[in-house]
Amino acid sequence: MGVRKTIKEINVKIQQGKAVVVTAEELIPLAAAEGAEEAARQVDVVTTGTFGPMCSSGAFFNLGHTTPRMRFSRVYLNGVNAYTGIAAVDVFLGATEIPETDPANKNFPGEFNYGGAHVIEDLLGGKEVYLEATSYGTDCYPRKKVESWITLDDINEAYLFNPRNCYQNYNVAVNLSNKAIYTYMGILKGDLGNANYCSAGQLSPLLKDPYFKTVGIGTRVFLGGGTGYVAWHGTQHNPCVQHSDLGAPRTPAGTLALIGDLKQMEARWIRGISYLGYGVSMQVGVGVPIPILDAEVLAWAALRDEDLTAPIVDYSEGYPQGIPGNLGEVSYADLKSGEIEIQGKRVPTASLSSYPRAREIAETLKGWILAGDFLLTEPVQPLPGADSGIKSKPLKIKGK
Amino acid sequence: MMQKKIVLFFPSTVVEQPFIYHLIKDYRWMVNLLKAAINPRKEGRMVLEVTCTEEDYQRGVEYLQSSGVSITHLEQEIVWVEERCTQCGACAVICPTKALAVERPSMRITFDDSKCIVCEHCLKACPARAVEARF
Ligand code: SF4
Ligand code: SF4
Repeated sequence: MGVRKTIKEINVKIQQGKAVVVTAEELIPLAAAEGAEEAARQVDVVTTGTFGPMCSSGAFFNLGHTTPRMRFSRVYLNGVNAYTGIAAVDVFLGATEIPETDPANKNFPGEFNYGGAHVIEDLLGGKEVYLEATSYGTDCYPRKKVESWITLDDINEAYLFNPRNCYQNYNVAVNLSNKAIYTYMGILKGDLGNANYCSAGQLSPLLKDPYFKTVGIGTRVFLGGGTGYVAWHGTQHNPCVQHSDLGAPRTPAGTLALIGDLKQMEARWIRGISYLGYGVSMQVGVGVPIPILDAEVLAWAALRDEDLTAPIVDYSEGYPQGIPGNLGEVSYADLKSGEIEIQGKRVPTASLSSYPRAREIAETLKGWILAGDFLLTEPVQPLPGADSGIKSKPLKIKGK
Repeated sequence: MMQKKIVLFFPSTVVEQPFIYHLIKDYRWMVNLLKAAINPRKEGRMVLEVTCTEEDYQRGVEYLQSSGVSITHLEQEIVWVEERCTQCGACAVICPTKALAVERPSMRITFDDSKCIVCEHCLKACPARAVEARF
């Protein structure tokens, strides 16, 4: 009989200070030396981490009522528009929103120095943010205008709600055209001048639980330096892609929708970032604990950069025009070496996701669990998996 | 005698001409080459410390300008703000001199000021705006 553990049993060990917790990086040599079965006997939890640009992110705020009361219909925070199509003083600030005054790509490539993600970072950094709100006025909400300076402490509820984070694998972006292009994957020099990738590889949460055997709705995670939860599967969750013989998805696949209290988070782990010629995004730190339920779960968690591959995609034409196919696959070990070969050419690589910070997140989460501060949660419901039949549909453009 | 630090920018059309030879021989510049990034048939940059008379300096500058080389005085330096750096690594493929480079296997970014030619490519390539130009 192979090893079998439950999350309940692991939690008891955590509370007794007896749980064995290692990072996904530390697990690799251990699994190689002991074999999956024995390693699964020894290890209770494996921690993962990632710190990369995650555009589909944002925060809900309840800004508090004014006297007289007001139903916000337009809200700007440091000049960045927040969505108000919800109740009176509730707003949603999207990470990629830019001020209406930003010239965007009019002076190509635009700089996009400030946006929603930077407002969130400023709030986390304790800075005062300039609030401007207007309204049409109603009998119950007569006030029409307010201006003020607010801090995170002044806001009632502030929680991050990110519709799509933690992509399970991602494209390696290259440029086959002969001039530089400016993308959400960074600056891509012409003629295969560089190859940019964006995953923590062997530390990346969903690559280490490729069939969502442990992560599910309700899973407690490290989010932005505080604790968060998996709220749902993320948008564009695409679990039915091809997997390698070792089990890892070969293309972008699953995603997570995450929620968490912004007031517990730190600016170090939630950063506003600017992609030249593309726009604003948010760099988000996420760490997911993997309870080692059996040897199979352990074997997946022990996959190495050498075992994990990503597809190489041309962003000059293939990606923007939605042309299927890719220019081959490459392992994360090769990507991290600093140079890969594409069409017979040596191409330097760069990462957009921070591996040193991913490691720090996995270490931090490990520390929390070892200290007994962070217990694991049973998923309330599994995420749609490889047998769900889910496919991301393109938009059909129809006339009436 | 005067001493100045300058940056020369060579467009690709003139990059292979022997400017330094002429500056030394015809304009009596004493040149200390601090940094250079010159590629055949591509644009190039060179950071020099020049010692010569004010008059020779002016003549040399005119010679360079008439040949299509642009000159800026090195009053600017590039500063890597480590606390703002998220250690992503996006700058490393943009930096032409490996002043910003990835250390392996830790994958940490390091900045070696002595290799920087103040080309400023990294300023906007860094998503976290962790590199700044200071005067
Ligand atoms: S300015 Fe930036 S890109 Fe240019 S050499 Fe210096 S560090 Fe490298
Ligand atoms: S691009 Fe900026 S944030 Fe990323 S490693 Fe370079 S300096 Fe640091």
